[in-house]
Amino acid sequence: MATLAMTTLDPQSRAARRGWSDLTIRNAFIIPTIVFLIVFNIFPLLYSLGYSFTDFRASTNAPANFVGLANYRALLNDPFIWSNFAITAKYVIVSVTGQVVVGFGVAMLLNRTIPFKGLITTLLLLPMMLSMAVVGLFWKLLYDPSFGIINYALGLGRFEWLSDPDMALYAVAITDIWMWSPFVMLLSLAGLSAVPKHLYEAAAIDRAGTFYTFFRITLPLVAPILMIAIIFRTMEAFKTFDLAFILTSQPSAELISIRLYKMAFQEWQTGMSSALAYIMLIMVVGITNIYVKYLNKVKER
Amino acid sequence: MRIRVAGLVAGLAASLAYSTSAFAQELTIFWAEWDPANYLQELVNEYEAETGVKVTVETTPWQDFQTKAFTEFNAQGSAYDMVVGDSQWLGAASEAGHYVDLTEFFNKHNLGEVMAPATVKYYAEYPSGSGKFWAIPAEGDAVGWSYRKDWFEDPKEMEAFKAKYGYDLAPPKTWAEMRDIAEFFHRPDQNRYGIAIYTDNSYDGLVMGVENAIFSYGGELGDYATYEVDGIINSEENVKALEMYRELYGFTPPGWAKTFFVENNQAITENLAAMSMNYFAFFPALVNEASNPNAKSTGFFANPAGPGGAQFAALGGQGISVISYSENQEEAMKFLEWFIKDETQKRWAELGGYTASAKVLESPEFQNATPYNKAFYETMFKVKDFWATPEYAELLIQMNQRSYPYVTAGEGSAKEALDALAADWKATFEKYDRYKQ
Repeated sequence: MATLAMTTLDPQSRAARRGWSDLTIRNAFIIPTIVFLIVFNIFPLLYSLGYSFTDFRASTNAPANFVGLANYRALLNDPFIWSNFAITAKYVIVSVTGQVVVGFGVAMLLNRTIPFKGLITTLLLLPMMLSMAVVGLFWKLLYDPSFGIINYALGLGRFEWLSDPDMALYAVAITDIWMWSPFVMLLSLAGLSAVPKHLYEAAAIDRAGTFYTFFRITLPLVAPILMIAIIFRTMEAFKTFDLAFILTSQPSAELISIRLYKMAFQEWQTGMSSALAYIMLIMVVGITNIYVKYLNKVKER
Repeated sequence: MRIRVAGLVAGLAASLAYSTSAFAQELTIFWAEWDPANYLQELVNEYEAETGVKVTVETTPWQDFQTKAFTEFNAQGSAYDMVVGDSQWLGAASEAGHYVDLTEFFNKHNLGEVMAPATVKYYAEYPSGSGKFWAIPAEGDAVGWSYRKDWFEDPKEMEAFKAKYGYDLAPPKTWAEMRDIAEFFHRPDQNRYGIAIYTDNSYDGLVMGVENAIFSYGGELGDYATYEVDGIINSEENVKALEMYRELYGFTPPGWAKTFFVENNQAITENLAAMSMNYFAFFPALVNEASNPNAKSTGFFANPAGPGGAQFAALGGQGISVISYSENQEEAMKFLEWFIKDETQKRWAELGGYTASAKVLESPEFQNATPYNKAFYETMFKVKDFWATPEYAELLIQMNQRSYPYVTAGEGSAKEALDALAADWKATFEKYDRYKQ
């Protein structure tokens, strides 16, 4: 059926003259991708699933022993791992909420005729074009208690953003919000400009208030695209590694991916870290699924 | 005719000699990216001039060093012939067969006596006391201290210090004196602070710092032969040592919670602290006026003694090992034979390398070469090191997890932190069946 649904090849085209069929072309495009996907994604994924049930360590030549669910049991009983998960959840909520509020807010501001709109939008997009490591390094300087410009500008004296256990995680989240709000802004802007103008005109004729217009027209129509931005940002925030790793070494800001990195590449507990990676994968898939369900519901409306 | 034949033979020999150099042997040594690696490159250039064997020192930033080296080992790659690896790697690398057993080489050249005893024990031997050697001590290193001579020798400061503490202001002989001096110079309103210590918990920074206190307080991390830890790592001495470390943290510059060698040198160059802990390997930068505006007024001292008079320091530094997967092992062994010669070790020290050769270390020439060499010589005969078992990285991370919140945030008590650590370590050793042997 799928073949029938495809657009048929133009008989005059060069490919047709060479005797290629639709099917040949389809395969030529799809097979390399599938092979690539299997070799670099599916195969390691399954292979590491196998490792997650063993005590394998990549740093030794010792054979891997099957240990059943011992790795999963050990991880789920480790209070440090649970604290890593709690920290990550807090980080995701703070960072994604911040990005949506700031990003959507800026998009609302930009969604009107103002001079130099294109230039302003482009400049606002700059943070997300930078490398995570670079952003981490220079925000570390900005946050510096002795000579950092943030304390100077806010008149905070010697406030220790990154070495204060209560503040460190928020400091990382603020940096993430600065970097990725433009992404949410860009998608929101696309959504906002797609809202038909006549709806606002109709609302104005009916004398609908600003808030009513926003919650009844703007938000519902932008919601699907905003949801996509949220899905992307949640997945990314869950995996955040570089920013937090560079900015601070506070245990109160040790995200689960940092713990995973240490377990896999400093301790070389390959089996155990595969299990942790699977636990993370299941959680991300679960969260994403909830979002996608919700997204579909929003779209149906 | 005879002359002709001789000429022919000579010509043949010459062409053979040339042809071998046309297939010139190459050796690659892997190390971290820092000044000593540049000095080593200079040294091995002389080896090339002598033998025609080209040796390259390949480097990677410290943060990746362990990961990159072990990734290459695990893949059994032959990219590197030798590695100047951390002392903690010995267990992991020897048990997994990544390193070539150098015991025979070691005994043949009597290296146990040629090199300073502590360097042999910690850079070369594994398991502890087994008489099996896996590396040749290459870059000796330990933790020492730098201080601001101009602050210490200011007559007004000296007077004020004596009035307050009842003894003369001088480089500290004990940890208690060091604490007083740190407190004395800690003046946040003047943007001056007492002391700079290691606090980075991402690898071995914080642990090295705490070890300095523990070892000088007469404590140990555990029994390296029996893996016994309970009552040793959480001993009374260690609790006191950790409490002292926490107290010193109170006299550090603001935001001093992720600091290692870079930041601790900055504490001196940026006029932040009166005293700063660091590896000797980073001291050349402090006597160089290009990298330290205070070079002329920077002094050095060895890690002070604890309350019981014990005086030890945490070991840094590395030994050079031959990698099992190298295709040039024979050539690498020849290189090592050259490397351990007295002249080579002397030249290594001249270039800025920290030789482990006892003879060179003891020579007055070496001790007077720089302001810190004497302190280095004294320290290298009283160093102790972290666990070198294959699971050392887990032990490190556990020690970070338990001690960091106490040191930097005052969470819980030193006793609680160390008791918990003893339990963690015991569980880890049980996991790897260390007690059954």
